[in-house]
Order: sequence, then structure tokens, then C-alpha cells
Amino acid sequence: MNENENHSSGIIKKSDLIFAQYKTMYTVLESSLQLSAEQIIETMLDSGLRGRGGAGFPTAKKWQAAASVPAVQRFVICNADEGEPGTFKDKAILRQVPRKVLTGMALCAKAIQATEGYIYLRAEYRNLADELQAHIDIFHEYCDRFKLDFRVKIFMGQGAYVCGEETALIESMEGKRGEPRNKPPFPTEVGYLGKPTVVNNVETFATAMIIFKVGASEYKKLGTPDSRGSKLFSVSGDTRKPGVHELELGMSLYDFVKEFGDGDTKAVQVGGAAGMCVPRREFKNTIIGFEGVPTGGSMILFNSKRSMYNVLHNYLDFFNQESCGQCTPCRVGCQQLLLGTEAVKKGEKDTVYLEQLIRLTETMRIGSKCGLGRSVGNAFNSIVENFKEEILY
Amino acid sequence: MAEKIQAILDHQQIEVAPGTSILEAAALVNVKIPTLCHHDDLQVAGNCRVCLVEIEGRDVLEAACATPLSQGMVIHTLSPKVRRARRDIVSLLVSEHKTQCTTCFRSMNCELQSLSAEYNVDNVTYQSLLDESEPVDNSSWSIEKDTSKCIRCQRCIRSCSDIQHVNALDVFGRGSNMKISTFMNLPMNEIVCTNCGQCVVHCPTGALTERRYNNEVWDALGDPEKFVAINTAPSVRAGLGEMFGLAPGTPVTGKMVAALRKMGFDAVLDTDFAADLTIMEEGSELLQRLTMKFRDGKDIPIPMLTSCSPGWVKFIEHMYADLLGHLSTAKSPQQMFGAVLKTYYAQKKGLNPQDIVCVAGMPCAAKKYEANRPEMKASGFQDVDMGLTTRELGYMIKQAGIDFNSLPDEDFDPVMGESSGAGAIFGTTGGVMEAALRTVYEIITDREIPFSNLDIQPVRGMQEIKEASLLLENCKPEYSFLEGLELKIAVVHGLTNARDIMNQVAAGESPYHFIEIMACPGGCIGGGGAPIPTTKEIREQRALALYKEDAGKPVRKSHENPEIKQIYDEFLKEPLSDISHRLLHTHYQKRRRY
Ligand SMILES: Cc1cc2nc3c(=O)[nH]c(=O)nc-3n(C[C@H](O)[C@H](O)[C@H](O)COP(=O)(O)O)c2cc1C
Ligand code: SF4
Ligand code: SF4
Ligand code: SF4
Ligand code: SF4
Ligand code: FES
Repeated sequence: MNENENHSSGIIKKSDLIFAQYKTMYTVLESSLQLSAEQIIETMLDSGLRGRGGAGFPTAKKWQAAASVPAVQRFVICNADEGEPGTFKDKAILRQVPRKVLTGMALCAKAIQATEGYIYLRAEYRNLADELQAHIDIFHEYCDRFKLDFRVKIFMGQGAYVCGEETALIESMEGKRGEPRNKPPFPTEVGYLGKPTVVNNVETFATAMIIFKVGASEYKKLGTPDSRGSKLFSVSGDTRKPGVHELELGMSLYDFVKEFGDGDTKAVQVGGAAGMCVPRREFKNTIIGFEGVPTGGSMILFNSKRSMYNVLHNYLDFFNQESCGQCTPCRVGCQQLLLGTEAVKKGEKDTVYLEQLIRLTETMRIGSKCGLGRSVGNAFNSIVENFKEEILY
Repeated sequence: MAEKIQAILDHQQIEVAPGTSILEAAALVNVKIPTLCHHDDLQVAGNCRVCLVEIEGRDVLEAACATPLSQGMVIHTLSPKVRRARRDIVSLLVSEHKTQCTTCFRSMNCELQSLSAEYNVDNVTYQSLLDESEPVDNSSWSIEKDTSKCIRCQRCIRSCSDIQHVNALDVFGRGSNMKISTFMNLPMNEIVCTNCGQCVVHCPTGALTERRYNNEVWDALGDPEKFVAINTAPSVRAGLGEMFGLAPGTPVTGKMVAALRKMGFDAVLDTDFAADLTIMEEGSELLQRLTMKFRDGKDIPIPMLTSCSPGWVKFIEHMYADLLGHLSTAKSPQQMFGAVLKTYYAQKKGLNPQDIVCVAGMPCAAKKYEANRPEMKASGFQDVDMGLTTRELGYMIKQAGIDFNSLPDEDFDPVMGESSGAGAIFGTTGGVMEAALRTVYEIITDREIPFSNLDIQPVRGMQEIKEASLLLENCKPEYSFLEGLELKIAVVHGLTNARDIMNQVAAGESPYHFIEIMACPGGCIGGGGAPIPTTKEIREQRALALYKEDAGKPVRKSHENPEIKQIYDEFLKEPLSDISHRLLHTHYQKRRRY
């Protein structure tokens, strides 16, 4: 690909929509509730918003799907499990602008005619619960004032990464072990307690609120046709500016590294353990967004002092512990990748064994039951292929 | 009626009802897709992933068992992508498996073994992940659990929850530590488990097996001091043929007797005889309860519940201990048999009961536990020494070098070898009820039960809960207090169904007088010791074999079995007599729920 086509501006565009503090309480909610359910979905459709939890499913489509399934009861669930290594942006949102999230949930509730919502809060975020509950209590008063029949409860997560996967999350809410379900049926059809359910990321709900604040046409001026808007990035690793940053989608990784790198960036892990490791020579060609390398927000920078073998080993360790273990390709595959990588490093296995392991990641990608097993190969292949030397010696 | 789904599977046009899975659709057109975690009796899991298929337009493969067909789907079950992935998945399973087929009880009857053979899996592609840190758990009298042979398909968990609602097994740990475990990882004999063995019949591998006693039986057979008597349950003859490649439902009573005799059993006797005995005692107990309630106005627990299924007995002891008063005190046929074998039979044959070894061939895992219950020593000795499953019995016949299928038919030995058709149908759900009604109705009215050919159709079949009622008219004078009573009965099988019925009893809302409960789906013919595989169709075939046996018997009612008349005349005197109570009835105990 031609380099110039890809990093168009050369300037990284920061944005300040999500953390903007408003003086008034729930005025956006009040005015948006004047809209019909169809109009709410229409606005969301127009904005082009895609889910911020990683997979990037068009949010309006999800709401529409849940609304269209006949049911007496529907649910809205805010996924605040935030377990992807190197992500901490949902925590910042819940702490700083919880009203945006609640507003987004309320709009979704109106759109799909739900009366109950849940925030599935990561176990490690327990210390946020009290303050969040206080916000929810006030929010309920406003719901009453606006005649919106909607209540939100906090559900404490169980400390498993896989519970962030929407169907495992629902299982866990139902008191079962957090194992992903077969899809179809999708949660929009058969979700929590068997009822149509929308599960969206914290940031997705907050962004929905912003769309109603600024208007869909204004919002979609940001970003690219495939990746509308701005989003939060959790920047960590060897960076000058660790923390949460709101950036417009569609920038090149080159520009990103120029802004956040320490001058010696060797690679960036885009999208956490489930994402891709992009080596320096690909920075210019890599667009951050759904047309390039998508990310739920995790950006981990590695400088030349890092051992990519250790990086890979950590990820594999992580997957070995966090796979729910129910399906064969993922449970056994993760163990084989870890053991195999170690064996190659120690010289117990020939270097060609790495190719067998790469083939194994293909089986895992096409054969696993959920996104966890399907994405293990992203990190594995991109690290092994780009840093083979470091893996071998 | 919803619109039919049109799709193409391996180039064949198919049309199915909405909701049909790819796996089901493939079976309709004779395309075999391999499975491991799937079992027709259980809810879909979709976790082993060996049933993956390719759907045009989708990048990833989908599990055939868990994916419903949708309109216009084009499916390939054998594309290179599918084949490679399947083989890889089987290789992965083998890499964490203790492959020990030469010494494994499930060898030649193991789904993992056949799949790895079909896919020519090797053990060099991947490194061994075998973890042998967990020793084999053989603490239970009935079930043996070997985690190193477990493929984590969770069929056992689903059996214990879907079919039995006991939930003794669950998944523990995540990722590489994930395994199937018991509550707090306690040994099998310390958990709340009914020993029903449904987990065993549904396990695709050798990870869960019955605790085996065949070597002890061989030892006894080889001991000249011992008189080894075997009795075989009704369902054994309906299933044993499957161990020798015969179609399910092929009755093999005569061949079985011949084989057992060849193996050297000193007496080949019939549990069906004891089933008739059970009917005499249990039926009389029902009459006694009805008398106490309707004549004497006493507050006696009604409905009475049957007690011949030891898995069910242990279940009620754990789960509904407050309702134990409803449970008939009559022992199961196996235990009645043992108790009279070492008393009545010993006397008649001039044998020292100490030298008698009572072996029971059962389609059941729970009866192994039952035989070892400390109270089961009515004869002064352990009444039943060893319990064998139909499967163990099949292997023993093979070990004896017997060509089973070419054996001539032989008859059981006399004294405790004769049975009625009522005894034969004990093995299927509804059978105990039917047998009891044939006798009880006649005692009350002096007439045969008003069903054509004595076949009580309403209690037959595989419906989960069967109900019937029987109007008692023109009763004999001594039962005039039952005149006009509509006797209400129910029949359930599978402990999940039993729970529904028991919740009704617990709430005091049970409309019934008498309820038959069997722990296993289909009754004993679907027992935990029955041949593997056991599916709904196979259970139906085995049940038919028993009904056929019943229909062909000259004597169809327990109380007309001449050997039953004889044992009462010569030894027991009458049902519920003191001696009957001592030998044929038992007591129960409250056990903890968790
Ligand atoms: C293993 C795994 C973990 C996940 N963890 C999270 C998470 O912590 N938070 C989240 O919002 N989505 C997570 N997801 C994605 C969810 O399944 C789901 O797609 C998302 O919540 C949908 O929200 P969105 O459409 O707003 O992005 C995870 C997915 C997988 C496969
Ligand atoms: S892919 Fe992994 S996490 Fe997902 S269901 Fe399978 S074992 Fe569980
Ligand atoms: S469980 Fe199956 S594959 Fe494993 S040792 Fe036994 S027969 Fe062989
Ligand atoms: S024997 Fe029955 S109760 Fe016990 S674990 Fe197996 S299925 Fe459950
Ligand atoms: S014990 Fe058997 S049924 Fe249970 S998970 Fe293991 S292999 Fe499957
Ligand atoms: S049989 Fe379909 S996933 Fe196991």
C-alpha cells in the first residue's frame, strides 16, 4: 500500500468529548426522551457508532435487533468487566462521567423498551461501586421525573477475563459458571434470563449520549467512514504519556507512536492480549480503526529493551489461565502454544515446530467457541512472525 | 406451522423444520458428522468442537451440534478446512489424554478411541500434557473416576443435572486447570451422589466407569468351597445381546442362562423371581396403607412410593428425607433375592449360607452400592456379595471364550428361577406399577385387571410422567371400604422428573395413592450399568423386549408364580409376616443434602 494514502494528516487529533463535564444534570436525557424509540435508533444508525468493547458491532443494529424480537421483558447491560490487559479507560469513564453512561443506558432502554439495566462491574473495581451507586440513585430520581420506567443495578463481576465476553457475562449474572454460550442465538434474541438483551461496552453507552448531545451529523465528522468518531485509548508500556487519551479514529500507528512513544518504540500491541503486535516497520502502514487494526482501546508500547519472548510468554500465560477451558481448541491449544514456545526456546523442539504452532492457531481461530480462543493467534502469530529471532534465541 | 428451511448439505438439497441443527439435518441424509460432547439425551454443549463444519460465506467453522440451519445455508462437512481442524482437535484431546487403551475398560467402546483411529491421529504432533497428579478415585462402591482419561466434554455434568438434577459434578478451574470435579473435590463416596451411573453411561471415554467386581467373581467361581449363585435382572436379558453385536431389544434370556452355566455358576437364578416377591410385599404394603387410611382413618403417609430403585432411594434419603415415611419398606428385588438365597434356598438345598456367594447381574451401578449398605445383612451374612453390570457380564462371557450368539437357549435353575411376566417388565418404567396393579386389583376385587390382555397401556411408554386412575368397584367384602375409590397412580423415571412429583408430595398436594419412581430414564433398561450407547431409541427397543417376554409367559401375575406360592407356603407364610419383615423389608436413613 502506498504510504501517503494511509496516514493522511500526519497530525494526531485529540478530542475531548467523553470527559467533558456538563453543568446541567441529565438535560440531554430529558430532551432525547422526547424522541420515539425509532428515532433514537435512527440517530444511532446515522452516527455510524460501532461498539467500543473491541468487536465493533454497529450499535444501532444491536439495539434494533433486540427491539424487534417479541418479548414481554428486555434488558440493557453495560459491560464494565474491562479485563483486557492494558485497558483502564472504562474505569476512568465510570469514575469521571458516570452520568453519560447512565444516559446512554437509558436511551437504549427507551429504544428497546427495557425497564431494567445492569452494570456488570469488574471485581477489581469494587471500590467504584459506592460512588457509582450514589449516581444511580440520583439517576433514578431523574428517570422518575422524566417518566422513564427504568432502573439500573450494579452486578459485581467474578474476576474472570472471559466473563467480559457477553454470553459468559450473562451466564455469570444468572449465577452459573462464566462459560460462553453457543451463538446463535445472540443475546439480542436470547439474553439475560432468556430475554432479548443489549450488552454494550461502557464507552459505547457514554458515546451514545454524546451523539445525542452533539448530534449524529456533527459526531460522524470525526473519524473515517469505517470508524466514525473518536474513542478512548489506554496507553501503557514504554510511553512518555501513560494514561487514558481520547483520539480520533483512523490515525496511523506512526503518528500515534510519535506522540506517545519514548523514541525507541520497537512494537505496539494494539488491542491487548487479544490484539495484534505491530512492529516498527509497519507503523506507517497501520491504521488504527476497523479498516486497519481495531482496538478496544488498549495500546501497549514496547521499546527495544523488551524481550518479545517474554511479552509472548506473558500473553500465553494469561490465556492459559483465563481461557474458560470448555472448548478443546482453546483449552488445549493455549497449553500447546505455551509449552511449544518454551520447547523451541530451549532447543527441545526444532524451529519448524513454530510453523506447526502457527497452524494450530488457525485451528483455534476457526474452531474455538468464543472470541478468546479465536483471537489467541493474533498476538502469537504477529509476535512469532515479526520477532522470530527473539523467540528462537 | 413455520416455514421449512431449505439448505444444501454436501451438495444435497435438504428441507428441515426451523430449529433443526446441522447435525440432525446431516443424520437425515445419512451424513455422519463426528461428535464427542453431544448426546441425544442431553442439552447441547458445543464444547468439544469435533463436529465443526464449514458454512459458505463464513470465515470460521461452526459446531454442527449447536448451529441451527438457516434459510439458504450451504454446508460442507468434509472440506479440507474441516478435516484439518477436526484432526487437529482430536490430536489436542489425545495430547492431554492418558492413552492406555490396552488396559482400559472402555477400549473398543470408546468414542475418543474410535475418532482418533478414524482420523489417524499421532502422538508426536503435539507434546504430551498428561497430568497424572490426580489419582483414580475408586472410593465409591459404584463409580470409578479417572481424570486422566477425561476429555472435559461435560456429558457427565449434564447427565447429573439434566437427567438427575443431583448436580454432583461440576466444572472447576479455568484454562489449563479446568477439570470435572465433585463438590469441594471430595471423593465420590463423600458427596451427594445417588450412584445411578447416568454419568457413566453417558461418558464417551474411560474416565467414568463402574467400579468393577468381575475379578472377585472369577475368584469365587474358581473356589471349590463356594457355591456361587447368580441372579440376573430383567433388563440384563434385554441389553446383553448388544455386548455381542445384536440389535438392541434382541431378547437373549436363554443364551444368557446357557452362558452363565458354562462359566461355572453353581446356580443360575432369576431376579425376576424376586421381582414377583417384591410385588407381593410391596402390593400388600400398599393394601395395608390403604386399609389404615380408608378403613381405620389413620394418618398414614399416602402416596406410597416404590423403593426398588436404589438410586432413587439414595436420592430421597438426601433430598426429601422428611418424606421417607412415604417410601415402601420393601427391599429391591436384588436384596430380597440375596436375603432368601442365604436362608430359604440354603435350607432347601442343604447349603451352609456361609459358603454361598450371591452375585447379581444388574443393568445398574447403584445396586453395587446397595449391596454394600451395612443394613443389608438380613440373612446374617452380606446378602448380596457382588454386583456386576450388564457390561461386566458381557466381558466375562467373552473372557470365558464363549461364542454367545451360537449358544442354545437354556432355562433358569429351579427354586428361585421361575418368574411371571409381571416380574419381567420390572425392568422398564411403568413395569413395577403394572405388575403391582395386576396383583393388587385382583386381591381387592377378585377379578382380573380390566385391561385387554392384562396390558396396562397407560403406564407404558417413555413419557416423563405417566398418570392413570382405576375405579375400584364390586370390591370383595373385606375391602368394601375401598368401594368406589378412584385409585390414582403416577409413574416417573429420571430423578429430575421425580423431583417434580416429590415437590407435589412435599407440598401436600399429591393427588396420587401410589407412585412408581425409577432413577434412570426409561427405568432399569436405561440404567447406569446398561450397555453403551444407551439412547432413547435403544431404551424403547429394550423395553419392547421385556413386554414381549411378558406376553409370552404362561404366568403373567406375580401371585400366580408357582415358586412364589411355594416360598410363602414353605417359608415366609404370608406377605408382611414377621419373617417377611425381617428378610424382605428395610429401613432408611436421613442423609445430608449437600
Ligand atoms: C474473552 C472476551 C473478553 C471480553 N471482555 C470484554 C470487556 O471486558 N468489556 C467489553 O466491553 N467487552 C468485552 N468483550 C466483548 C463483548 O463480548 C461484547 O462484544 C461487547 O461487550 C459488546 O459491546 P460493544 O458492542 O459496545 O463493544 C470481550 C469479548 C471476549 C471474547
Ligand atoms: S474459546 Fe476459550 S474462552 Fe472461549 S469458550 Fe472456548 S475455552 Fe472458553
Ligand atoms: S478412554 Fe478411550 S482412548 Fe482413553 S485409554 Fe480408554 S479406550 Fe483408550
Ligand atoms: S452416579 Fe448419578 S448422581 Fe452420582 S454423579 Fe453420576 S449421575 Fe450424578
Ligand atoms: S468424565 Fe467423561 S463425561 Fe465427564 S467430562 Fe470427562 S469424558 Fe466427559
Ligand atoms: S459434538 Fe458438537 S461441539 Fe461437541
